[in-house]
Amino acid sequence: MDVLRVEHVAKSFGAVTALHGVDLRLSRGEVLGLIGDNGAGKSTLLKILCGYHQPDSGRILVNGEEVVLRSVDHARSLGIDIVYQDLALINELTVYHNMFLNREKVRWPFLHNRLMRRLATEHLAAMGVRIPDVTVEVAKLSGGQRQAIAVARSVYSEARILLLDEPLAAMGAKEGALILGLIRDLKQRGDVSIIIIAHNYGQILEVCDRVNLLQHGRITYDKTAAETSVAELTDLVVAEYREPPRV
Amino acid sequence: MADAGPLPARAFRFATSTLVRRREASVLVIALLLLAYFQSATSVFLSHDNLRNIAQATAPTAIVAVGIVLLLVSGEIDVSVGMVFALSPYLMHYAIDFYQVPAVPAILLTLLIASGIGAVNGIITVRLRVPSFVTTLGMFYVLQGVLLTTSHAFPVPIPEPAQPTIQSWLGAADWASMSWCLLIVAAFHLVLTRTRWGLHTISVGGNPLGATEAGINAARIKIGNFMIISVLGALAGLMEAFRINSIDPNIGGGTRVTFTAIAAAVIGGTALAGGSGTIIGALLGMLVLAELQNGFNLIGISANPYFLVQGAAILIAMIANQYLSRLRRAGRS
Repeated sequence: MDVLRVEHVAKSFGAVTALHGVDLRLSRGEVLGLIGDNGAGKSTLLKILCGYHQPDSGRILVNGEEVVLRSVDHARSLGIDIVYQDLALINELTVYHNMFLNREKVRWPFLHNRLMRRLATEHLAAMGVRIPDVTVEVAKLSGGQRQAIAVARSVYSEARILLLDEPLAAMGAKEGALILGLIRDLKQRGDVSIIIIAHNYGQILEVCDRVNLLQHGRITYDKTAAETSVAELTDLVVAEYREPPRV
Repeated sequence: MADAGPLPARAFRFATSTLVRRREASVLVIALLLLAYFQSATSVFLSHDNLRNIAQATAPTAIVAVGIVLLLVSGEIDVSVGMVFALSPYLMHYAIDFYQVPAVPAILLTLLIASGIGAVNGIITVRLRVPSFVTTLGMFYVLQGVLLTTSHAFPVPIPEPAQPTIQSWLGAADWASMSWCLLIVAAFHLVLTRTRWGLHTISVGGNPLGATEAGINAARIKIGNFMIISVLGALAGLMEAFRINSIDPNIGGGTRVTFTAIAAAVIGGTALAGGSGTIIGALLGMLVLAELQNGFNLIGISANPYFLVQGAAILIAMIANQYLSRLRRAGRS
């Protein structure tokens, strides 16, 4: 059974239609690569699936049951978590406060800082993320470290469906390999399903089971990784520039 | 005056070079230096009576500054709080003298109405997306209009049911307002640094988009902080009325309380851009301003150049803040 099914989901922002009616499915333990040109609606789709935006029409089914994702918290309670393109880290806060942002451990009325520090340290170490200390402010970390923190945060939430919006952008080769390794580890566990947006098709094919192409707010291509190639994917995305622009 | 200039200036240089991390510490050093200077210039500075004067000048505005810090950290501002400050004693007076409400419920009702004013500020700012400076500027004049029309701009005595016990507990007794002030500062220092509310306040001010993406309800946090500052403003206004033993439409001097509180917050190290600030710093900032005003009086300088010093203090504090944050950024690994 599919852990996630999207049926005819559409979304407009004012006069701009971002999604025309997207159909998509994700099975248990699967890693789905989502590709497409800038402005194709990839981020909008993920932001609907994580509860940040609400769709105008269409259905979303989680484990076969139709759900209306009211908020980020609600989606999270259903096991859906996301790493945003902009990472959603708060520069002014420490690493461990960011790790637990909006799901803080509390010993009422105060934050349970000691517990959060310990858990964050353990978790980051277990994931192989190297930072000087969890008490440093996120502003002091490098781009790759920040990305790793954002991914680690989502993984820590015990998400069953993980949405990654360009997790490999702004990363050096070494840090990119860390994130790819992380995705492979999750895949081996078998209980996490992942949708990943990326522009590097080589990296996508390395970790994905299947690839979908989103074009002009619709899924226009769906093949397994074995059936396709970097050349074909590149060709698909740039093809529209060779044809006269569609109205 | 010739001696007063270099000393704070030196103190600021010292603070900027050595106290990069603890912003409150540099303000504390300045407060202590001013204290030492004024005590050496006039022996009565540290007398019991004068300390009480300083405490009474510091407390009400410092309570308002606590709210200003919370709001600035969450990325908003409230310039109407000074009018809540002036209106709240009248609200109590109307409730007690016109509607025969007992004193304690009348005070609670006043605070409740103040929280409603804060909620309106917050809702207009957050839901209708009016910049908070404009929202609260409008609210400032609306409240001033309400105050002057309903009071006919006449001062009134403290209502009898509030005398003398409540009056002395809430401001008239020597150390009453300072005790409340320290209690409120301590409580909100904990709120800002040790609770989810504080963490989320920093988050919505530091990275509004990121905070909402993480699922934080930014509207709730901001509206809540608008309500907190209004209640604190009303409480401080009541205390001031009780202390001066009169309900006067000029309490707080219109914009004076608001602007002094913002000055205290800024001198204490709170950034107007949101995301960072300290409540203890604001208290110390207010103490510095009160020391300056009081010390000037004692050494017989006219009150006029005081504003020159306050203005310079704000500018120096802001420049120091910019400089310090550049230093911090440069120190990034």
